[in-house]
Amino acid sequence: MEFKQLIFYFFGAVLVFAAAMVITVRNPVKAALFLVLAFVSAAGLWLLLQAEFLAIVLVLVYVGAVMVLFLFVVMMLDINLVRLREGFGEYLPIGGLVAVLLVLEMSIILSTDQFGLKQMPDPGSLPADHSNTRELGRLLYTIYAYPFEIAAGILLVAIVAAIALTLRRRKDSKYQDPSQQIHIDRRTRMRVVKMRAEKKS
Amino acid sequence: MIPLSHYLILGAILFSLSVVGIFLNRKNLVILLMAIELMLLAVNLNFIAFSHYLGDIAGQVFVFFILTVAAAESAIGLAILVVVFRNRSSINVEDLSELKG
Repeated sequence: MEFKQLIFYFFGAVLVFAAAMVITVRNPVKAALFLVLAFVSAAGLWLLLQAEFLAIVLVLVYVGAVMVLFLFVVMMLDINLVRLREGFGEYLPIGGLVAVLLVLEMSIILSTDQFGLKQMPDPGSLPADHSNTRELGRLLYTIYAYPFEIAAGILLVAIVAAIALTLRRRKDSKYQDPSQQIHIDRRTRMRVVKMRAEKKS
Repeated sequence: MIPLSHYLILGAILFSLSVVGIFLNRKNLVILLMAIELMLLAVNLNFIAFSHYLGDIAGQVFVFFILTVAAAESAIGLAILVVVFRNRSSINVEDLSELKG
């Protein structure tokens, strides 16, 4: 067995194991940690497929940002696990059946020659000075420039939406309203009272 | 030499595992979001495998966009989760039956 194959099967096994643990483990914090393991092994597989930039992005953005956000939220919430686990295995037989059939059907289709080595030979490794990041960037900033801009817009919308959803005005906190502060005039602040001069007693 | 079919079958296994995850944890919103992330990972694996074997880098561009959208989705999803938890101190899907006729 070739070394590459060994790596592929090892990472694939870890990936499947981690995914199975994510959906079965009791504690959501553990599930998030297993999801991190799944992402890291997937990043390894992507490195094997010479998608270096995306592998690094997966680790940096997904493991570094999104999963930390998940962990943050999971730890912040005080979840009643007992109620959430009620009827956990209720749909296991039918769900398992659907999944096994799905995998079986896909394997039957994918094991044909069309996806085998004869029809799709391994293109082999690219030259050492080939930069995956540069290739991707060249495509992103030329042909896919508009979709790239839209992606940036989507991220901006996500930021605004996440903040707008979770922003909470506390009723008991005191804050100043700048628009009211600048919309003042003399009459609301000062009242001129006409009165007679006081006499010396 | 690893054939393309092995990558695709791995993606199929990952996808069906996350489908089972949605079946099993249909009450826990957090795990449901995680299962969706796993599904997207399976799809991305397929895209990158095809991109490698067909020698076309456009597949990786697609994965880039999927990652962007998935990050936005999970950020908004978690924000909604926090708001739901704040309003009813529970993330049980069964408690969210306001729209039931």
